[in-house]
Amino acid sequence: MASNSSGGSSDRQRIAQQRLSIIAGHLQRPEDGEWAIGAEECKAQGSKPNVSSKGRTVPRRRQEIMKWNGWGYVDSKFQFNKKGQAEFTGKRYRLSGMVMPALKEWFESTFGASLQHKTPASAIPNSSAVQPPILNEAFVEDLKSTGIPFSQDAEDRVFRAHGHCLHEIFALREGKVGRVPDMVVWPSNHNDVVKIVELACKHNVCLIPYGGGTSVSSALECPPEETRTIVSVDTSQMNRILWIDEKNLTAHVEAGIVGQELERLLNESGYCTGHEPDSMEFSSLGGWVATRASGMKKNIYGNIEDLVVHIRMVTPQGVIEKSCQGPRMSTGPDIHHFILGSEGTLGVVTEVTMKIRPMPEYQKYGSVVFPNFEQGVACLREVLTLITNVFAGHALKPQKFYITKFKGFDPNRLCVATLLFEGDRERVLQHEKQVYDIAAKFGGLAAGEDNGQRGYMLTFVIAYLRDLGMDYYVIGESFETSVPWDRVLDICRNVKERIIRECKERGVQFPPLSTCRVTQTYDAGACVYFYFAFNYRGLSDPVHVYEQVEHAARDEILANGGSLSHHHGVGKLRKEWMRETVSRVGMGMLKSVKDYVDPGNIFGNRNLL
Amino acid sequence: MLKKRDDFEDILEERRNCSDLRYALKCYTPVVYKGLTPCKAGVLKNMVLQSDQLHYVINQVSKETGKAPEDVQEEASAILEEMAHRMQLSTVRFFAFTLCKVFKTLFRSICVNEEGIQRLQQAIQEHPVVLLPSHRSYMDFLLMSYILFTYDLALPVIAAGMDFMGMKIVGEMLRMSGAFFIRRSFGGDKLYWAVFSEYVKTILKNGLAPVEFFLEGTRSRTAKSLTPKLGLLNIVMDPFLKGEVFDINVVPVSISYERILEETLYARELLGVPKPKESTSGLFKARRVLSEDYGSIHVYFGQPVSVRSLAEGRVNRCQFNLTPRHIPKRPSDDVHSFVNAAAYRLVRAQEENMVLKPWVLLASLLLQNHHQDLDQDRLTEEALWLRDVCRQYGAFLHWPDHVPPSEVVSSSLDLHRGLVRISEGRVPAGPSGPGVHPGAGPEEQLLNQAVVVLSCASYRNQALHVFLRPALLASAMHIATSSNKQEVFNSFSFLRNMFSNEFILCPGATMQDFEEACFLLVKTGVLQITEQEVLSTHRGHRTLAFLTRMMDPFLQGYQVICMFLCEEASEALTEKTFIPAVRGFMVKQLLSGRLRYTEVLSSDLQKNALAALLRLGAVLKTKGADQTTLKVNRVMVNSLEDTLGKKPLQHLWFEFSS
Ligand SMILES: Cc1cc2nc3c(=O)[nH]c(=O)nc-3n(C[C@H](O)[C@H](O)[C@H](O)COP(=O)(O)OP(=O)(O)OC[C@H]3O[C@@H](n4cnc5c(N)ncnc54)[C@H](O)[C@@H]3O)c2cc1C
Repeated sequence: MASNSSGGSSDRQRIAQQRLSIIAGHLQRPEDGEWAIGAEECKAQGSKPNVSSKGRTVPRRRQEIMKWNGWGYVDSKFQFNKKGQAEFTGKRYRLSGMVMPALKEWFESTFGASLQHKTPASAIPNSSAVQPPILNEAFVEDLKSTGIPFSQDAEDRVFRAHGHCLHEIFALREGKVGRVPDMVVWPSNHNDVVKIVELACKHNVCLIPYGGGTSVSSALECPPEETRTIVSVDTSQMNRILWIDEKNLTAHVEAGIVGQELERLLNESGYCTGHEPDSMEFSSLGGWVATRASGMKKNIYGNIEDLVVHIRMVTPQGVIEKSCQGPRMSTGPDIHHFILGSEGTLGVVTEVTMKIRPMPEYQKYGSVVFPNFEQGVACLREVLTLITNVFAGHALKPQKFYITKFKGFDPNRLCVATLLFEGDRERVLQHEKQVYDIAAKFGGLAAGEDNGQRGYMLTFVIAYLRDLGMDYYVIGESFETSVPWDRVLDICRNVKERIIRECKERGVQFPPLSTCRVTQTYDAGACVYFYFAFNYRGLSDPVHVYEQVEHAARDEILANGGSLSHHHGVGKLRKEWMRETVSRVGMGMLKSVKDYVDPGNIFGNRNLL
Repeated sequence: MLKKRDDFEDILEERRNCSDLRYALKCYTPVVYKGLTPCKAGVLKNMVLQSDQLHYVINQVSKETGKAPEDVQEEASAILEEMAHRMQLSTVRFFAFTLCKVFKTLFRSICVNEEGIQRLQQAIQEHPVVLLPSHRSYMDFLLMSYILFTYDLALPVIAAGMDFMGMKIVGEMLRMSGAFFIRRSFGGDKLYWAVFSEYVKTILKNGLAPVEFFLEGTRSRTAKSLTPKLGLLNIVMDPFLKGEVFDINVVPVSISYERILEETLYARELLGVPKPKESTSGLFKARRVLSEDYGSIHVYFGQPVSVRSLAEGRVNRCQFNLTPRHIPKRPSDDVHSFVNAAAYRLVRAQEENMVLKPWVLLASLLLQNHHQDLDQDRLTEEALWLRDVCRQYGAFLHWPDHVPPSEVVSSSLDLHRGLVRISEGRVPAGPSGPGVHPGAGPEEQLLNQAVVVLSCASYRNQALHVFLRPALLASAMHIATSSNKQEVFNSFSFLRNMFSNEFILCPGATMQDFEEACFLLVKTGVLQITEQEVLSTHRGHRTLAFLTRMMDPFLQGYQVICMFLCEEASEALTEKTFIPAVRGFMVKQLLSGRLRYTEVLSSDLQKNALAALLRLGAVLKTKGADQTTLKVNRVMVNSLEDTLGKKPLQHLWFEFSS
């Protein structure tokens, strides 16, 4: 992959090329030597995007390249071909065009699903099902005069009325739409946002910031009781890197930029942020700040709160920002922390200064198979105490379908850790050895680079799998928590069991998939993901059942010392637990901030509080 | 009120037909907990000794005492050595072989509900299991293991009192059949507690074996259920509350003996003849016992109770989130009240599935019969009446309906001929066994009589839980100044409070108990209850009289104790001298004919009364240098005495018998 990139004149370029190939390794087909994650450009412009491309990854009419009722690109999806074999369509990903015979068997045996029983989605958005917009004419007039583009088109509005929670996608597939924004507006810079917010305050219009739309907390859902005009502020056109400061290793970036674009543009200059949430193809910088996002390489690079140096946000009271870019300040509570995780309730994040790092010189995948989950977790813990920040993005997945047999290991209990080492070559190799030595102490066997790489590749396509399930009566979702080390195994066992039991009690006819993985590690604990899916044949209201089970699972998480969320946020989905999570006084503090910053509830998405 | 209960299967029947040896050597492959990682006894000890919990306490103790941590660790190891079971299948087989010989000579049958066994088997697979048998006899725990072995179920490890250890060989044998030994009291000993609780939790969490213990703490000498002890229950619930296991199944087991091996032994003990120390030779003296007929045993494995569902909505498990789980903490108030309520619930579940034999009804009736000899026909008629009442109240009564009632009665009397002597078809007034020698002095005669009465009472007590709530209501109506509903309720509440050390009455459930009593008595046509009033019906008199008389000995007992405290108690009354002093006072009262019920001589009743008075603040304890003295609040005790004796309780009897 990297070989066909011509030797750059400078070191920086060489590193950049390397970096590209790595990302491509995540996302792209191997035989496709070109840079293709900014796929829209390839298609729309029909040419290779060159390094200084100013092309836009995300068009205003997103529905042209992205599914309106499912995950990701329109051209990319899992499907069963005529032979009944699973394949992944399109050209964008490494998996694209591949046939996966094992998937069907896994799918059928795990869920009791059958290719005979289909539940196809309704084909096109039904514009007549969308309520006509509630328009504040005076606002529209004033907005027109600013020249900022906007739309009242039903498709545009429906697209921005949801995130990617199961209930949201399920409803869309059935052609059901509830309250949707009345207008979509596309600011192209900070000043546009200032104008929009001013007008909204003047005319009492409700604003909902919209970044990548990948929210999984019902954060983007329009409150049905909202009677004012709801305007979706789509930040996608604010996507430039405004400057890079190589002395201080920072970059100043517009908040609407999506992850893959940010990495691509920085890579061109030999840098990266290292912030790689699984949703990075579509989620935006502003969205990360607004939800306190976390990437899989956070062990090296940090979470979003560690990565931001400066944030600019437009609120109904005006612009909030710090006066300098000092790396740390003791100036009372950090005002960034009112913004981080504010979930669009206080204002629009418009520009962010982020830490950047030179791209790693060397990168190596790896994987370890453990006889069971317990040993795997113990190993991760040990790796962390011995050599911190060695590798990032390890994921521990018990019972995954891509490794089924391993000598001497019980296939029902074995567990895989995928590894990615980054840094200079020597250190990477040294660390690699250390990690495998530790793993061996816990009965772990090195399972090769391939399995590691495949693990990563799957990270990006896994969301597509859910859509496949939904074509065949299978619904599911993942949810996460963070928990101290000593409770990791307990919480995993109890939550999985709770899910299984709740499903049974609620009449789910087939045993559910209930599994988990450790995705992030800290000195004091870990982030744990739960995957939960089931075959809903025979249920009259599957989504309701799903929600009840997820609710019970969340109760179980909290009872076992887990947090309400490690990085997905609260939104409206987890609001009911906020008070017990942050205490009554804590709620009061948050409320008083909201009351001061936004007394008219202009940012009225009603998340969090 | 009719509860559905399982059928029984006699497990001795097969033993009578085929080889005991083959049975004892049978292939034994029990199903185990699905999450089990098997481990040897030595590994278990290491797990305990190396646990974070124990480490923490060892360091703590070492800091407090100045001893080196290694020395404390040594101590811990020694404690564990003294405590731990060493289960061996060969010993279990030996017991199985011996026990089936013994059982076959002692008992007519050992009946087990097989559905319960199936439920248990399921429960063992799903989650760690705690077995909670009732405790009426030494036999209990051997019997339990015997049954589980018979049905190929996982053998339990059993918390046993240290006193067994006195019997050298037997103690070790028991250890090898799964018993572990705990000291009777280790109140302040942190290290001991830590080793003990960690030992139990380790076994439980890992599902190594079902953990068995007696909720009542000790054998009930009166056959009444005892107020549950919370220590071990707290320990076994902890792994669930702290999320270390998904759930725990608690299985109440009711063991009912038609005739208790220790029957007169208990009575003597209650009367103050000290109990013989459990010694091997003592056990062998019990060989005499082997020649007698002890009827049948019924063992009912109750519905497994999920600790998770018990705790649902009652305990906020988040309370354990903020401190490391290995640091020992006193249970919070809500955990304490949860465990307490659960304990009562479980004891009631044991009670509910206790099988009552016809003799229990006869004993109840005989104890109320003070005035004249009864002829057997009359007794039979009353027993049939009581049988029907019992059934209406949902009792688990085993009355053989296919046998003519007169035969049922006479065979019951025959089995218990040690307690009642029938001459010419007449049953003498009040129980009178062969122990009553006409030649003895009056006090000795009284005590001999009391042995028989207390033995009979222990059978009546088996049925107490059936009648308790209605009986409290009947007595409440009696002491209430009017039939006003509120007044009756107040009296009920007073009595319930007074007797909450005596009977199993769940704390805080006054209203439910009252309603339950009202419901039963209205349903059976005994009472009419309006908005304002609680009225007895004409046909209800017989029941009311029976119920009131059932309570009488207790009311009178408490009343006499109050009387004693007001009239006789000196300043120097101590906790130690209380029982002998009360007993002396009561003997005098009984001999002078001012007191009717010999039953009040039971030290159990006396202790419970004292506990109640202390709880109510009518008596205060002051700890002195070497003894604890009791200070009496005379005003309060006086008023309690008055309330208990509001009306002469005797008159009802005459109403009925005339
Ligand atoms: C398949 C999949 C994988 C995911 N993986 C990860 C992961 O690895 N790590 C992780 O952290 N999350 C992950 N998420 C969740 C989601 O991607 C994150 O919450 C992300 O930060 C949301 O960004 P977005 O740009 O899509 O925001 P949106 O979904 O558009 O919005 C989310 C919230 O932020 C507000 N918001 C958006 N932009 C702004 C702005 N500029 N100013 C103010 N408020 C704004 C919105 O009003 C809304 O309340 C995943 C989601 C999916 C569906």
